[in-house]
Amino acid sequence: MLLQVDGLRKSFGRRVAVDGIGFSMDAGEIVGFLGPNGAGKTTTMRMIAGYLEPDDGTVRIFNIDVAQERRRAQERVGYLPEGAPLYGEMTPWDFLRFIGEARGMTREAARHAVRRAAQDARLGDSINRPIDTLSKGYRRRVGFAAALLHDPMLLILDEPTDGLDPNQRHAVRDLIKKLGEERGLIISTHSLEEVEAVCTRAILIDRGRIVVDKAPAALIEEHGSLERAFTTLTAGEERA
Amino acid sequence: MKKRPGLASMLAIYRRELLSYLTTPTAYVFVAVFLFAIGLFTFQVGGFFEARRADLTGFFAFHPWIFMIFLPAVAMRLWAEESRSGAIELLLTLPAPTWSLVLGKFLAAWTIAGVALLLTLPLWITVNILGAPDNAAIFTAYLASLLMAGAYIAIGSAMSALTNTQIVAFVLAVLVSFVLTALGLPLVLDFFSGAIGGGLAEAVARFSILHHFDAAQRGVVEFRSVFYFVSLIALFIGFTALAVDARRGG
Repeated sequence: MLLQVDGLRKSFGRRVAVDGIGFSMDAGEIVGFLGPNGAGKTTTMRMIAGYLEPDDGTVRIFNIDVAQERRRAQERVGYLPEGAPLYGEMTPWDFLRFIGEARGMTREAARHAVRRAAQDARLGDSINRPIDTLSKGYRRRVGFAAALLHDPMLLILDEPTDGLDPNQRHAVRDLIKKLGEERGLIISTHSLEEVEAVCTRAILIDRGRIVVDKAPAALIEEHGSLERAFTTLTAGEERA
Repeated sequence: MKKRPGLASMLAIYRRELLSYLTTPTAYVFVAVFLFAIGLFTFQVGGFFEARRADLTGFFAFHPWIFMIFLPAVAMRLWAEESRSGAIELLLTLPAPTWSLVLGKFLAAWTIAGVALLLTLPLWITVNILGAPDNAAIFTAYLASLLMAGAYIAIGSAMSALTNTQIVAFVLAVLVSFVLTALGLPLVLDFFSGAIGGGLAEAVARFSILHHFDAAQRGVVEFRSVFYFVSLIALFIGFTALAVDARRGG
């Protein structure tokens, strides 16, 4: 099993962000996390990536417990944080080499990995320009390349297409589909058509719990459309 | 394919951090202001020429005071900026031990402090042209100053890990630095001796940066003082690591 999540819980002060999430997935699956803002998608992803520690529950990646052996588990995960933070003053080339070396690769191995990831993420010829001067879509791809650098089997992408124009979104979706052929992917998104277009599985999260976990096609069949499924299955009312 | 994991990560973090100091104007501005301030104090306030002595006591005496402001400014971005930009998520999802991140950043900021000190070497050359100073003593004082700079950087790094605003990190670091520096000052000592008695006040003074730098700037190496500064560095580096790790808890 690529990923096994059981009874995951996380509170911030008195606010319960994640309240008993559990699911498992294999390579070849592209799982879409759906749900209202504040439902617990990002917190769940952060716990899988080993950035946050859960209050309760376990995350196993290839049967390696993230809480017990965080670094060994993290060697097998690629993570694109929300908003894809990067170091703007660096060039993509320098930035990616830094990530590789910080992951423990030798210079030679890092160079090699950067070349491959840059190709996979289609970074093209702007690899030697400062990141700050690049377009949002291009910066997102740099974030992708960073997540792909160590060739992980599990990729976690938090809102990978957020804030991109339709062309850029299209390019990123193609990339996700291609990456998902042999890896396991989890993406979070607010775009229901995206889930329909790329995901093999939709996990709808509301108030820290999984409300439904089905293939998008099955959801559409049951509710007529993903949008209707979303509004009927999540509470609907807006929360502060 | 792998080197020793923690060490490789530390070196990568160190290189990136140093590069970022060198590619943004901040470090240059800080170093320039530092050199200007140290020059001003040494020549105007310290009376470098008027003293008619070929030594650098008037120069070293101001180091704690200038470092106290200058080094928190160098260290303030170390962690606060990562939290603000969200890049801390990249760092904390690397398969690297926390100490390697903390040490890499600390060493980079310390290097900047070291470079600033190196740039004052013309002063040392000048006193050698003007007279015959005790060069061994000056060398010792430089080493002590570098060690003391490490302590201020460690304090700054710890405060930077507590907040995601650089300016808050700066103010906190100056505050902590001031208290640790000035514990040995008559002003503070008198206050304490009134409140807790002379003996205790003297004991408190022994924990001040000023107390430990005093002997060193005259060229006297005391193991106790070296131990004191190394302990301060270790203490605040440890504190930084705890604060960074606490982020994983939410």
